[in-house]
Parts: sequence; C-alpha cells; structure tokens
Amino acid sequence: MNAFEPWMMLVVSLLIFGIGLFGLIVRKNLLVMLMCVELMLNGVNLSFVAFSKMHQSIEGHLAVLFVMTVAAAESAVGLGLVIALFRTLRTVDSDQIQMLRD
Amino acid sequence: MDARLLAFFIFSTIAVFGSLMVIFKKNPVASAFALVVVFFSFAGLYAVMAAHLVAALQILVYTGAIMVLFVFVIMLLNQDSPIEDLKASSGAFKGIAAIAVSGLVYLLIRAALLARGVRPAGDLTDEKLANAGGNVRAVSESLFSDHLFHFELTSFLLLGAIVGTIALAKRGAGKEGAAT
Repeated sequence: MNAFEPWMMLVVSLLIFGIGLFGLIVRKNLLVMLMCVELMLNGVNLSFVAFSKMHQSIEGHLAVLFVMTVAAAESAVGLGLVIALFRTLRTVDSDQIQMLRD
Repeated sequence: MDARLLAFFIFSTIAVFGSLMVIFKKNPVASAFALVVVFFSFAGLYAVMAAHLVAALQILVYTGAIMVLFVFVIMLLNQDSPIEDLKASSGAFKGIAAIAVSGLVYLLIRAALLARGVRPAGDLTDEKLANAGGNVRAVSESLFSDHLFHFELTSFLLLGAIVGTIALAKRGAGKEGAAT
C-alpha cells in the first residue's frame, strides 16, 4: 500500500454515504436532514469519479456533473418547501409535522 | 508513501470527521459550516484523482451556491432555540439505525474491495488523457457531443426547479400578507 489506488476512495465514499444515511435517519431537523442528503449525494459522486479512474474512462465525470445539477435543483426546491412549512407550522422539526394524524 | 497517498489520507480524514460533525452538531449553522469543510475536502479528493473540472465545479456549485442557500435559509428561519432532536429520538432507535447502516456500509465495502485489480473497461490512460488536452477538455468534448441531449435536459430540470421554488415561496408570502 505505497501508492494511491481508486478502491481506497470507494471506501471513503461509502463511509460518507453511511454517515449521511445515519444522519438522515436520526436527525429530526429538516435543514440538517437536507444537509445529510447532500452528504449522501457527495459520497455517490466520489464513487463515480473513483470508478471512472478505475476503469480509465471519462463517463463517471459526466455522471457527477448531472448529479450536481440534480442536487442543486433538489436543495433549491427542498429549502423552498422548508420555508413554506415554516411559514404555516412555525417549526422545522419533522416530528411536529403530523397534521395527517390528527 | 507518495504525495498523492498522503493528500488522500489528509483529505479523507477531514471529510469523514467533518461529516460526523455535520450530523452530531446541535446548531444547524455549525452543521452547515462543517458541511462547507466537507465539500472543500471533497474538492481535494477529486484533485487527488486528477478530476480537475469536477474539483472546480465542486467548489463553485456546492460551497459557492448550495451552502450559501442553506445558510441563507437558516438565517431566514431564525429559530429561537435549536431543536434537541438528537436527544429526542430514543437510544434503542439510534442503536438500531447505527447497526443497520454500519451493516449496509460493511457489505458495500466488501463489494467495493472486490473491485481491486479489475481489468479497466476503457482505454483512456493518464498519458492518453494528457495528450488529448487534459481532463477538462476531454470531459467538455464528451459532454457537448455524446451527451448533448442530457445536457439540454438538465436545463429543463433547472427551469422547472426555478419555477417551482418561486411558486412555493410566492404562495406562502401571499397568504401571510393577506392574513396580516
């Protein structure tokens, strides 16, 4: 293990993905949950680039560009939804959003 | 240990600890700034893999645009007290979640380790890439020739996101304005 190899990057990307998934499950603050989604998307991006390096191809970089576009659109719409929710319910706690239950 | 491996270890350590800080900080602002650190270290990791265009776009799009959006929304919401959400969920729930996620990650890492020493599917070696004008040129040429249709589709996606966000934000504002 004297030189950098792409599988090491895969391990890091999976760790980041797992941390993001765990945060998405345990946190209740909608803003932090959105941040965890960003973490998961970033982990997947890293694995795309690592596979691209591993297979000596350029396609993974293109996938990363498209994922970045989707992530930007997702966070814009998601934060718009959070603002709309906060206006009506005065909270960003996902446990407090239970109007269908009442 | 060469410089590339050293850079990989430094950036990946920062990324893992930063993302742990993202999920364990109580204040959303602290989480947001930890996320900025994570994004910068990811740009470093892309640079380690000689993905220069992706590294530049990571800083421009994520730290430049998305994180500004996050911090702006946190400021706009102006919560009086941070939610004690980590304490709110029970310990058993967190334990089950941790076991399930770590099991999943363990299996995925085992699968990823199978990819060691795989025969490359492409033939774009580093020397060929350098002769073709570098990473940025290769990605751009592929993006604007083979993947032009997908590139145009993303512009529709962004247009839809813009219209949707404005519709969401405007609707709430109109209601509030009518109520007061």
